[in-house]
Amino acid sequence: MDCKHSSAKDSPEKDDVFSFVTTGNAIPFLHEIKHALEHLLKTGTESVIDLGAIPFAPGDERILEEILGQGEVDATLTIMGQSHVRETAIPGVWRVDHLDTNGAFQSRFIEITFLPNILKTQPEDAERGLATLVEHLGAIESIGKPQGDT
Amino acid sequence: MANKPMLPELMKTHGVSRRAFMKYCASLTSLMALSPALVPRVAHALETAMRPSVIWLSFQECTGCTESITRSHAPTLEDLIFNSVSLDYHHTLQAASGHAAEAAREQAMKDNYGKYLLIVDGSIPLDNPGYSCIAGISNLDMLKETAAGAAAIVAIGTCAAYGGIPHANPNPTGAVSVSDIIKDKPIINVPGCPPIPVVMTGVLAHFLTFGIPELDELGRPKAFYGESIHDRCYRRPFYDKGKFAETFDDEGARAGWCLYKLGCKGPTTHSACATVKWNNGVSFPIEAGHPCLGCTEPDFWDNGGFYKPLSVPSGDYRKMGVAAVVGGAAVGVASALLAKAGKAKAVQNHETVDAHDLEKSS
Repeated sequence: MDCKHSSAKDSPEKDDVFSFVTTGNAIPFLHEIKHALEHLLKTGTESVIDLGAIPFAPGDERILEEILGQGEVDATLTIMGQSHVRETAIPGVWRVDHLDTNGAFQSRFIEITFLPNILKTQPEDAERGLATLVEHLGAIESIGKPQGDT
Repeated sequence: MANKPMLPELMKTHGVSRRAFMKYCASLTSLMALSPALVPRVAHALETAMRPSVIWLSFQECTGCTESITRSHAPTLEDLIFNSVSLDYHHTLQAASGHAAEAAREQAMKDNYGKYLLIVDGSIPLDNPGYSCIAGISNLDMLKETAAGAAAIVAIGTCAAYGGIPHANPNPTGAVSVSDIIKDKPIINVPGCPPIPVVMTGVLAHFLTFGIPELDELGRPKAFYGESIHDRCYRRPFYDKGKFAETFDDEGARAGWCLYKLGCKGPTTHSACATVKWNNGVSFPIEAGHPCLGCTEPDFWDNGGFYKPLSVPSGDYRKMGVAAVVGGAAVGVASALLAKAGKAKAVQNHETVDAHDLEKSS
C-alpha cells in the first residue's frame, strides 16, 4: 500500500496535491469499523456508519479505498437513480452508495453486516410481485380459453 | 388536510417500490444529520405523518434562499419532501398572482388554522411599511396575520433569522428578523446566505417526522449548526500545525493549507458546510480556496472586512473572534455569546473592500 499524507510532508507535491490531503480521520474510522466487525461476529449486531457525517479530505478517501478495497459482491440497484452495494475486501464490511438519477450522491454508508437489508426483497414488494404474477396468469388463461366458453 | 395523500400512498401511485422508500429514508436520515439507527423511526414517521399545509412568505430578500432550495438536483429528496407537504402559497413559485395568490393564502390559513407551517425568508422593514409590500399589505401586517394561525415558523436565511443584509449598517429600512416581531410561536432559524439546500429540506423533514428539532441559543437546529465550520474543516490539521496560506496564490494556498490568515471566519461560524457541502456535496467555499464569510451568524455583513483575519481587532465581532481562537475549546461558547450580543445592533465600523484593496493586502 502506498498512502501519501501531505499533512505530514513539508513540501507538498505539485500534481494533484489535493488528492493527498488528509484530516487524520481515516485511521480512527477504520478502527471503528474493526470494532463493529468484532461486534457483528460476537453478537450478530449490525452497524451502519454515515460517511456524510465525517469530515473527510480526498486523501482520507484514498486510504479508505485502498485498505477496504473491492470484495466479491458488486450489486447495482436501479431505484430512483442507482445505488451501488459493494462488499469490500474485508468480508462483512459493505459500502452502500445511493445516487440520484443524475448520478450524484445522495448518501453514502459503510454497513457492517452479513447482508445489507436493501438487497433483500421487501415483503411489500413481494406482495406486489405476487399480484402482478396472478394478473399475468389470469390474462394467459383467458387467452387460452375456447371461444364461447365464458 | 385529511384528504391529502400521505407519502407512501404518493410513492405507490407513482410506482415507487418499498426498497426505493427505504433508500429514500436512509438518505433522508443522513441529510437530517441523524444516526442511521433512526432510519426505521424516520420510515414510520413518514408513513404516518399527515401532509401539512405550508405558507411561504418572502419579504425583504433576494430570492437566493428560494433559488437555493429549488436548485437541488433531481429527482431529489427535495422533490419528495415537497410532495409530502402541501405548498399552498409561495409567490415566486406559485402559478397564481395578484388577488388570486392572496386568496390562496387566505384559504390555506382558513382551512388549516392553527396547523399550518409558516416559512419566512427575508427581513421585515419597520421604518416605513411602503419599503416592502405584497398586494398592498405591508410585510409587518402580513407576517403578524399569517403567524397568528401557524403551528410553527421556520425563518429561512440570515435575513429572516437575524435581519441579514437589509439589517446591515446603516439599516435604511429598519429591517428586523422574524423573532424580533413574533414572540408567541415556536421559531426555527435556518440561517445562511443562502442556507444549504439539504439543510433547509432536512429541517423541514425533521419537522414533518419528529416535530421541532433541538435548537441552539440562536434558534438554529443543533443537527446542522451545532459545530463550527472550523471544527469540521478538512483544513483543520493545517491550522493545528500552524500552516497557513498567506495569499491566494502562494504555495500554502496551492497546498490547501488553512485560510485563517486570509480572513476565514470558520472558527466563529456554525454551519454544516464542511460536512454537507454545496452543489450536491461537491465542495464548499473553503474547499474551493475561499475563506468562510460567516454568513450563518448575526451581523456577518458588518463584522469587518471579509479578508481580514479574526486576529485583527475590528469591532465587537473581531474581539470575540480573537477570544474564541485564543480560547481554543471555548470557540463555540464565545461565538454564541458574540452572536447574541451582536444581534442587538449593527457594528458601526462598516468597511468596504474592492479588488484594489485585495491586491494591496495580498
